Parts: sequence; structure tokens; C-alpha cells
Amino acid sequence: MLRKLLIGTALATSFAFSAHAADVKEVQMLHWWTSGGEAAALNVLKQDLAKEGYAWKDVPVAGGGGDAAMTALKAMVAAGNYPTASQMLGYTVLDYAAAGVMGDLTETAKKEGWDKSVPAALQKFSVYDGKWVAAPVNVHSVNWLWINKAVMDKIGGTEPKTFDDFVALLDKAKAAGVIPLALGGQNWQEATMFDSVVLSTGGPEFYKKAMNDLDEESLKSDTMKKSFDNLAKLVTYVDPNFSGRDWNLATAMVIKGDALVQVMGDWAKGEFHAANKTPGTDFLCYRFPGTDGSVIYNSDMFGMFNVPDDRKAAQVALATATLSKSFQSAFNVVKGSVPARTDVPDTDFDACGKKGIADLKAANEGGKLFGSLAQGYGAPPAVANAYKDVISKFVHGQIKTSDEAVTELVKAIDDAK
Amino acid sequence: MSTVAETQIKLTPEHDARPGATVRSRLQDLLPKIVLAPSFAATIIFVYGFILWTIYLSFTNSKTFPSYDITGARAYQRLWRWTFESDPPSSWYTSITNMGIFGFLYILICLALGLFLAILLDQKIRGEGVLRPIYLYPMALSFIVTGVAWKWFLDPGLGLEQTLHQWGWTSFHFDWIKNKDFVIYTVVIAGVWQASGFIMAMFLAGLRGIDGEIMKAAQIDGATTFQLYRRIVIPLLRPVFLSAFIVLAHLAIKSYDLVVALTSGGPGGSAWLPSNFMYEFTFKRNEMAVGSASAVIMLMTLTAIIVPYLYSELREKPR
Repeated sequence: MLRKLLIGTALATSFAFSAHAADVKEVQMLHWWTSGGEAAALNVLKQDLAKEGYAWKDVPVAGGGGDAAMTALKAMVAAGNYPTASQMLGYTVLDYAAAGVMGDLTETAKKEGWDKSVPAALQKFSVYDGKWVAAPVNVHSVNWLWINKAVMDKIGGTEPKTFDDFVALLDKAKAAGVIPLALGGQNWQEATMFDSVVLSTGGPEFYKKAMNDLDEESLKSDTMKKSFDNLAKLVTYVDPNFSGRDWNLATAMVIKGDALVQVMGDWAKGEFHAANKTPGTDFLCYRFPGTDGSVIYNSDMFGMFNVPDDRKAAQVALATATLSKSFQSAFNVVKGSVPARTDVPDTDFDACGKKGIADLKAANEGGKLFGSLAQGYGAPPAVANAYKDVISKFVHGQIKTSDEAVTELVKAIDDAK
Repeated sequence: MSTVAETQIKLTPEHDARPGATVRSRLQDLLPKIVLAPSFAATIIFVYGFILWTIYLSFTNSKTFPSYDITGARAYQRLWRWTFESDPPSSWYTSITNMGIFGFLYILICLALGLFLAILLDQKIRGEGVLRPIYLYPMALSFIVTGVAWKWFLDPGLGLEQTLHQWGWTSFHFDWIKNKDFVIYTVVIAGVWQASGFIMAMFLAGLRGIDGEIMKAAQIDGATTFQLYRRIVIPLLRPVFLSAFIVLAHLAIKSYDLVVALTSGGPGGSAWLPSNFMYEFTFKRNEMAVGSASAVIMLMTLTAIIVPYLYSELREKPR
């Protein structure tokens, strides 16, 4: 009986297989930019490619978010069914490159001069073993303050230049009865803010050693303890209801004037734009106090897979279009980020965008462009998430003192390495 | 295998005797198996095959992608170490203690509340046809919907607390969902709200199946209502308890989405269940070996609870 069952099984499954035909003039793209502004920004790229005769095909992702997309990508790659390209973040690109499934765009990169125009810090993630494997789409930076101007005027605040200035400003807001700091109590938001706190407390050198090189001495140093103390100080200025709040709701608090300031990456600007607010008149963008001149970045990349030869032309077209100046400008104006190459004119950008572009250029030249640990550009995901755990436990009280926090941080990072 | 085949020949001897009907009878014999085969194969591969695969992976050093070199039980050693890190709590410690709290309270309260509601509804009251679906319908919602609805309801700035403050009861304070020590109990509340109606329906079906003669006999013997339920009805409902327990236990162990929708993991990850831990480590932290090991431990724990219970319950059938 068992044998018959197995024969039946074999019969039934043989029907399930079907032929698969590859299309040459088609770009298969896995991404999770499906919401209004992002989808519109990506449309520019679709049209650019359509002009060259390439059809655009989205790889469907159930659930829509980045996590779901990465799970889908893992399954596709495991099945040997590579998309032309996929939206990817940081170390994911390098993981896939180490697994030997990424393509090689070095020729295109040479021809287009990406070596010179793309910041070296970004090339760490788009070049693997001397070969270009990904095309960076944008550069986000996380060390920003987003301030409601009306509230700022009401309390008579000025741009804070140091951490102490910032605390004084928050005190003013508190005295005026507004929520000083809008924070979403999710681990990545807390850790993103802590990235800036570390840079502000310890300076660029320290940030690089602790958060990118994961140097143990720096991680357990007094400067790191001071950073945790500063974080604890900031957390006293949030409203009691912050835990678990989504980042865009925290931004909405600043937009509505319920809160004075949010520490968030420049994707927050998209929310201000969606609410028809203009930089300078409705809201202000400052660098996190004490971090002027440095940029903590993360970046969206299009990872290019090792597709069969008949699909390579489409891939090259996609990569070229992605890093073309026109697309870089058009896309990033909408997305709130800045172009991934430093030679794109800033004419179409708003004041914050112009500042972002100038800052990126200066930071790149001055060697002060660092990967955000919270956003997965400082260390591989295992370490980055262990870091987020510690920060979040510190913010929410499972870890009580800064002494304990640095011990836990060293332990967690060691464990995850 | 051979004994099974022989029995089947004995069952259909007349068909084989007629030569013209052999093909047809063979087909008839084969058809149910062909129809069953795909689902059988799917279960073998996608459940049992992948269980074995997960066990295998847990002994490798798989990171982002599965790797097939056995490297020993490092993943289990790490989990074992994390099991005892209670201050500050490791994510694994939080997950398993939460599982204990959630599993225990969820199953217990659902059973108690379900039974209580069923007994009340069984009192031949008017409007039962309306009341029953009202209690039952939460089960028709997905955990995600339940989670989001309760998230808003329990949020101090939006839901219950805010409303009561507006109504004038300003000293009212209920912020469990924001509190690292209490957030897991909000998961229990939402879970119980969703499942207790379904358990009620199960008990109600069981109550309706009880022979009225027994009840009458007991009443004639002078049993009070309490005694009636305590000594006769509840013992007779034993098979329903078994079914309800199994339904609830598997709902409890797989409730990943409820935690995500309701708490997004809770303050500092304080609402994690082992399923959250498993997903987080396998897919977000690229520590597939640790994720697999935690999945194996979940499976073993579940087996250790369910198998003896099933055994003790099903053994008594022949008596």
C-alpha cells in the first residue's frame, strides 16, 4: 500500500512542473517601495528604462515590508531563480556576494566612472572583492533633528550647537508645556537616536572605533558610559506613552506641534512634505548637536544578481539608469534622501536636501562619513540587532545603569560576532 | 505492509473473480490513494521533512543561508546559556518565561471562561441564537486584526484610558501595554478575547450532547445544580476538554502575529514569545542555526506536554 501511495505521489507531482521561459527585454525587480511617494519616485526609473525598450516587472512580495521581501529573496536565490536586481541594505549585499550569487558590473562602473563619483564609504557595500555587485540608489543620513518651527519660535529657542544646548532647549519646551522629544519606543528608533548620541558624545574618531570597528576598549570606555547617560537624559524628555510608537506617528507629533523635536533619519522629511510643510518656514532641519560635519549614513542599494547572459543587457541598463544623474536627482528629491553620487547638481532639492548634499560631500572628503550601526551599516545584522536589543533594554529599564549597559553591550556584540 | 495488502484482497474477492472487471476494480482500488497522494506527499515533505531539516540545520553553523557542515551544538549551548540570564533578561529568557505565563493563563482562562459562558448559554435562555455568534465571531478575525484593535483600545493615549479621562475619571490608569513587566498580560487579554467564544461553542456542543435522562435522574436523587455540574456534567465533558486543550495549546505556541500586531515586540522586546525569537534570529539576524535550535526546542516542549496528555486521555477510551 505504501508503494502504491508513493507511485501515486510521483504521478501527481509530475504534473506540477512546468516550463519556465526567460525574457530578455525585461527587468525583474524585487523591492518594497510601494507606498505613494516612493512608488512615484521609482516610476521615474521605470520610464527611463521603458525609453530604452526594457519592460519592468515587479517581483511580488507578500506582506510588502522589507523583512518579507528579504525572506522572498532568500527563497528565490535558494531556488536558483535570481531576479535581475533587488532592493537591498548594507551587509545583505555582502552576504549574498559571499555566497557567490551576485553579478559583476565592474565594466559598467568603469565606463560610468562610479569609482570617483560614489563615496568610498558606500563602495564598501557595493563593491565585493574588487567587483561592483550593487548600484547605490541614495544616501540617507540619521543624525538629523526635525523641529517644529512654530513651537521653536514660541519657546524662543535657537539652533542647539552642543548636547548641553540641546538639553537646555528641551527644558524650555518642557516648561512651555509641549512634549520636548518625540520618540517612537521601538528598538531601531532608539538605537538610531543612540547612533547620533554616541557621535555627539565621543566625536567622529570614537564613533568609528566603537560603532564600525567594534573595538572592545571603546565599547566599554567611559565615553560609552557617558553616551548611555546622555541617552538616559534624552529619554526623560519623551512622553510616557512613547513605547511601541511608529516613527511616522512620532513625526506627526512634531508636524502637529504636539512635540518640539524628533531625532530621525531624513526619511522623516517625506512626512513633512506629505503634510505640505516647507523647510525653513514650517519646520527646521539641524544636524544632531555636536555632530555637524559628520554624516552617519545608510543607503538603499539595488543588488545585481548573476543572471543568465541573455538577461545581462537589461541588468546593465538598469544599473546605468539607477546611477544616472537625472534619476538620482529626481528620485531623491521625492524620497528625502540625497544622491548616492556626489556630482549631482542640487538645484531641484529643498533647503534640507541642499544641506544634506553639501554635508555628504564634506563628510566624504573629510573622512567623516560613517555607517549607522542601528541601520545595519556599521556591522552585520547579528551584531546590529544585538546592539539594538541592548539599547532598547536600557531605554525601557531592563538594563538599569550605564555600567551594566556597556558590559551587556560588549557581551552581546561578542556573542553575535 | 504485506498484511495490509492481504486484508484488502480479502475484502474484495468477488471483483477479482470476474476477469473483465479487473482493470476497473484495480482503478477503483487505486483511486482513493491517488487522490490522497498529493496531500500525503505535501505533509511528509513540508511537515516531517522540514522538521528533520530544521533539526539538521540546528547543528550546523548556518548564518544567512543554510550550510550543511555539521559543526556541533553551539546553537544549543548559546540557548542554554541564555536560558539562565535573567538580569538583565536575555531575549531567549524573556521568550520562554513569556511562553510559560502566556500559555498557562491563556489556556486556563479560555477553558474557564468558555465553560462558564457555555453553561450560562445552556440555560435555555431567550435570544441564544443572537448571543452565541456574538461570542463566537472574534474567532473569525485574524490575530492581526485582533492585535491592532486591542493595541488601539489598550493604548493609554488613544483607547480606554483616554476615553475614561474624557468622561471625568482622571485617576484611571491602565498602561500595561507600555509596561515591560505587564505587556505579556495584554497579549493574554487579547488572545482570550478572541478564542474564548470558540471554546464556548465547543463546550456548548458538548453540553448539548449530554443525555438529559442522566440529569433528571440526578435531580430526582436530590443533587444541587452545583453538584450536578461538578460531579456529572464536567466529568462528562472530558473529551471536549481534550479537544479544547489541544486547540488552545497550538494556538498559544504559534501566536506570533498577535505579539507583533499588538505590541511590536513590546518595550525592549519584553513581549517576545519563542516564535518571535525564532523568526527574529532566523530571518532578521541571519543566525539560522540559533533560530533552528529554538524551533527544535519549541517542538520538543510541545511534544513533551501534548504526548503524555494525549496518551493519558486516549488510553481510557476502551474502558
